[in-house]
Amino acid sequence: MAAAGSISGVSGGALAGGSVGVSIRNATRRYGAFTALDDVSLDVAPGEFLSLLGPSGSGKTTLLGILGGFTVPSSGSVHFGATDVTFLPPHKRDIGVVFQNYALFPHLSVAENVAFPLRARREPKASWGPRVAEALAMVELSGYEDRAISQLSGGQRQRVALARAIVFRPRLILMDEPLSALDKHLRETMQIELRRLHRQLEATIIYVTHDQREALTMSDRIAILRGGRLAQVDTPERLHDRPMSAFVASFIGESTLVPVTRAGADAVALGSTTLRSARPLPAGEALLLAIQTEKLVVAGDASPDGYNRLTGRVTDVVYQGESLRVFVALDGGPEISLRQPAHHAGRLAIPAPGGALTALLHPQDTIVVPAEPA
Amino acid sequence: MTHPSLALRRHERREQLLVLALLSPALAVVAALLVVPLAWLAVQSVTADGAFTLEHYRRFLTEDIYWRSFLLTFRIALTVTVLAVLLGYPVAYAAATLPRRWSVVVLGLVILPFWTSVLVRAYAWMVLLQRRGLVNGMLQGLGLTDQPIALINNEFGTVLATLHILLPFMVLPLYATMQRIPRDLMLAGASLGGNPLHVFLRVFLPLSMPGVVAGTVLVFVLALGFYITPELLGGGRTFMVSMLVSRNVEIYNQWGAASAIGVVLLACVAALFWLASRVVPLERIMGAR
Repeated sequence: MAAAGSISGVSGGALAGGSVGVSIRNATRRYGAFTALDDVSLDVAPGEFLSLLGPSGSGKTTLLGILGGFTVPSSGSVHFGATDVTFLPPHKRDIGVVFQNYALFPHLSVAENVAFPLRARREPKASWGPRVAEALAMVELSGYEDRAISQLSGGQRQRVALARAIVFRPRLILMDEPLSALDKHLRETMQIELRRLHRQLEATIIYVTHDQREALTMSDRIAILRGGRLAQVDTPERLHDRPMSAFVASFIGESTLVPVTRAGADAVALGSTTLRSARPLPAGEALLLAIQTEKLVVAGDASPDGYNRLTGRVTDVVYQGESLRVFVALDGGPEISLRQPAHHAGRLAIPAPGGALTALLHPQDTIVVPAEPA
Repeated sequence: MTHPSLALRRHERREQLLVLALLSPALAVVAALLVVPLAWLAVQSVTADGAFTLEHYRRFLTEDIYWRSFLLTFRIALTVTVLAVLLGYPVAYAAATLPRRWSVVVLGLVILPFWTSVLVRAYAWMVLLQRRGLVNGMLQGLGLTDQPIALINNEFGTVLATLHILLPFMVLPLYATMQRIPRDLMLAGASLGGNPLHVFLRVFLPLSMPGVVAGTVLVFVLALGFYITPELLGGGRTFMVSMLVSRNVEIYNQWGAASAIGVVLLACVAALFWLASRVVPLERIMGAR
């Protein structure tokens, strides 16, 4: 990583301050006997939106703490551009941090909160007003300058926290599950807004979440963490289509993992059924087929060629609004589930529980991953 | 048939009565323990031999021992309070920010003296501070002084011992307030570019002010009425209001005069807080979360 970020705002929106690449090298963090982060190396390109995704306890908050300077790694290093920042205290790192619970200063007004970074940096006082107004306009909170924090709703607080983190034009912004306290509708609106902000700011954003949908919506790349280690770092599409492990396959999307046996260079056997995959199988003897609910097509009267066919009986149909979730017990095999759009034709294609059903799985969607070593 | 809204109003009225009934035991306790004794005090302060008189209050104007004692009392209480803030704040800060294991130790050291009587602690200070006590002995042994210096039987001894006894009343409310300040706010302050001093002055200090106010009120009011330490360590030279009251009762058997002093002290404190609340918005500080 040689890309050092430019400090001067050359292009983009008025608050754009350029971006900086981040390089984490062999970062490990131990707490006594517990290893929270285990030899993680990760490069983030300047201007990239990268999400750290993982279940709780996977080390994503520890990694964010190391990036923010709140935690020093037990070993390894962190670089922003070409600068080693491993031992740099938080206030000298020049990064914007948005905390999970907003961490707004309750004794200061909205404008005072947003001006905090400017005051702390001893920026000329005359510049505070216009820059605070600019940042608040960016998060669509113009006119809220004199409000007290306690007068704001959750979504508004979130926006103030965002304005405060971008007002000093940081080249890197860290976000720790910033939307987790908002209701679903507001969360989805904010996700779209964060995407827009990211394009305007041109800053590098590292975003921690445990919500895969949120990560898929916003990220250029997603780093999946598990037990303090990186499981896979990839684009949302590739994580979906080419998971490298059973963990990633089960964590991303909605899938059933079914044990299968090797039946050639690019084919597996599930009971008496042989399924072809468009990709070579991974090494190892223990293999799992990751069947994602939305990749299965219910076979109609005219079944196209070139598909793998799975037959079974419907055990349950759950109506979930925009889609139906259909549970199918495969003949002589395990139970899987598939999603069918809830439009009329889709509903007609599903037999009542007990009825026979054939599902088609394209070789491109036939994903085989190595089973976890026990 | 009853009009619906009338029925509703009747229901609401019943509910109000019920709430009043539920509150009445608490109100009765407050009346019995607070309102009645204060009223009795006020009545007694204007009676002599069963007749109305302002004689007890006239003394405040005629005898200068009264107002000099009041001045001294307020000065000592103020000194003790200021010193308690200065000494208590770092202790509370340590207790609130140290890892749990150490904060328990710090708080334990603060609370430990609570378990010994005020009288014992006052005598302990006398042993330490007297002319041939440990402190004077050490000062002379080190060659810092030739003569024993007067550490008790004066204002210094009174302030020192009072401060020692009242310090926990400053530390505990401060600790309670500081402990509730989310740690994330300090991290946020640092990540936004504030150096540790800036974050302390702009974030931690303002958010700990409710604790400072609570501790100040507690210590100041308690110091105003302090009796044992000024009596034992003041050596009769620091004649505080509480001693004025006790002399009036014990020596002259003047309950009316003693009551009048109590009423005036109460009025002074009330006036002071009213004045303070005009200058500093106390409600806002107390209400700040």
